[in-house]
Amino acid sequence: MTKNFKGIAASNGVAIAKAYLLVDPELSFEKTVIKDVTAEQARVDDALKASSKDVEIIKTKAEQNLGADEAQVFEAHLMILSDPEMSGAFKQKIADEKVNAEQAVKEVTDTYVSMFEAMTDNAYMQERAADIRDVTKRVMSHLLNVSLPNPALINEPVILVSKDLTPSDTAQLDRQFVKGILTDMGGRTAHASIMARTLEIPAVVGTDVATKEVASGVTVIVDGLTGDVIVDPSAETLAIYEQKATDYLAQRAEWALLKDQQSVSADGKHFTVGANIGAPKDMAAVLNNGAEGVGLYRTEFLYMESDHLPTEDEQFEAYKSVVEQMDGKPVTVRTMDIGGDKHLDYWKLPEEENPFLGYRAIRISLDQTDIFRTQLRALIRASAFGDLWIMFPMIATLAEFRDAKKIYLDERAKLEAAGVVMGDIKLGIMIEIPAAAVLADKFAKEVDFFSIGTNDLIAYTMAADRGNDRVAYLYQPYNPSILRLINNVIKAAHDEGKFVAMCGEMAGDPIAVPLLVGMGLDEFSMSAPSILQTRSLMKKLNTADMKLLAEKALDAETNDEVIALVEATVK
Amino acid sequence: MTQSKDFNIVAETGIHARPATLLVQAASKFTSDVTLSYQGKDVNLKSIMGVMSLGVGQGADVTIKAEGDDEEAAIKAIVETMEKEGLAK
Repeated sequence: MTKNFKGIAASNGVAIAKAYLLVDPELSFEKTVIKDVTAEQARVDDALKASSKDVEIIKTKAEQNLGADEAQVFEAHLMILSDPEMSGAFKQKIADEKVNAEQAVKEVTDTYVSMFEAMTDNAYMQERAADIRDVTKRVMSHLLNVSLPNPALINEPVILVSKDLTPSDTAQLDRQFVKGILTDMGGRTAHASIMARTLEIPAVVGTDVATKEVASGVTVIVDGLTGDVIVDPSAETLAIYEQKATDYLAQRAEWALLKDQQSVSADGKHFTVGANIGAPKDMAAVLNNGAEGVGLYRTEFLYMESDHLPTEDEQFEAYKSVVEQMDGKPVTVRTMDIGGDKHLDYWKLPEEENPFLGYRAIRISLDQTDIFRTQLRALIRASAFGDLWIMFPMIATLAEFRDAKKIYLDERAKLEAAGVVMGDIKLGIMIEIPAAAVLADKFAKEVDFFSIGTNDLIAYTMAADRGNDRVAYLYQPYNPSILRLINNVIKAAHDEGKFVAMCGEMAGDPIAVPLLVGMGLDEFSMSAPSILQTRSLMKKLNTADMKLLAEKALDAETNDEVIALVEATVK
Repeated sequence: MTQSKDFNIVAETGIHARPATLLVQAASKFTSDVTLSYQGKDVNLKSIMGVMSLGVGQGADVTIKAEGDDEEAAIKAIVETMEKEGLAK
């Protein structure tokens, strides 16, 4: 029976494949009395062996995709599975108490878990309790003969269906097999969505019902262009969507022709279309999609993917690598934005009631200046290898910018005195706090450039957490209130002859781009796969027409009214 | 004959995490029974759960015993692991 439902279109393209449910199966069982001890003990051995086989596969995939360090946890899982004391205890219990293997495994592992969890002064041991639970789940699934899914175990083309995708799930995805992603939760800016776009996998998220409505093995169509999901489609529907998938690929091929061209409007005005990156490894996609710069290099991943504060040299190597690969094109590096939803294991920040309104980004940098100075020195040294710009995140007041600049100049002077070679560096700020957007005319006199971070700017202006489904409707990028803030920032920058970029989701959004072209935004920075589509769209836009469109939008009343205006003008 | 050797653990993390895995891997290569003793408790050094359950921290004095056909080689391999990983003096 065909079923239809709708979610949020999170990553472009159309995917058709069998569903693979990434949902934990029911693992409950009855305690029973057994007669044949040897047979029951053999069941334990078989389950342990089968589990080790799974974990070996997962570990190999993790090594390929995440590196040896991340894969180490699976080495620990393997050792637990081959632990002679533990398997001995399972068998002893079966022999002594004549219980079934499931009951023996549960009781023994429960004892270990509670022993490790009781070591409350030792975070490491408490994490090992989680390892034992993970491993037990897998052993139990083999005893009960149900499959415990894991992205690493997929070996045929599938649509991955889950409640939500964690970063470790997505890191394990094999592009060769995962054709589409379908989730219950999340929005366009959720982790799973961003990853899907980076990997160019069609995705529909926030459906609420996907894991309930879709059974493993059933054919599913995921339309990442519209958000439509069709379960068990008719032959007719299937043919329509196969055509749509082909058409989309053809369009992508057409966009690919624009790779080495500049981004210009129909009337010949040039805009910079750049890419957002998180690490040097993202550069392949940046270069493949013909970015004219890196508009946002999120340096916090350097901190998040390390087990210690990255040293000056470690940072220098990363920045240098990106700047060199861009071969003279501008690279805007954002100083670290830790705090909010981004945490570090090795550097505990205080627990806060409202982390998004708390101690994060530049607020930490200006407080713990040693860490900030290390980063600035690495950046200044890397500037010798290309065109490097620095921007400070979460600036609310002029005093913050001035303080940050003072520290920057101080480190620059020290390095100059030491004879270090360096380039000219432009110094700017992220505009993501409404206070800075409103006072942009004052900031524009002192900074070299602005970069508008729309995800946070919208969240702070609407006072709504974009990850909270109940208030997700307030993520309204085209609401005239947001457009006026953006317009104010662009105008303030241009009045002072300064450069203004945008590095949020909006910069690559086909509804927003015509408006931003009309407002005169200088640089559009987005996830790399959106670049060519945006370049293609810009070619169709006439700046004078877009200016009129933007004026109407700024005078509109609602988000929906703006969408209608754009859709009526840009065909 | 039982072979035995005392160690003072200097590693900051004690015998947790990676060090525990490495010691268990080293011990598991031998047929001899290998035990780790700490504060009057003996555990099988081939059992990761056993080793971790001792909660051996920095500064701890531990004894490792091996008994079996390849006991000497087993002790030697464990001493090497301890030294190579900077676990103990």
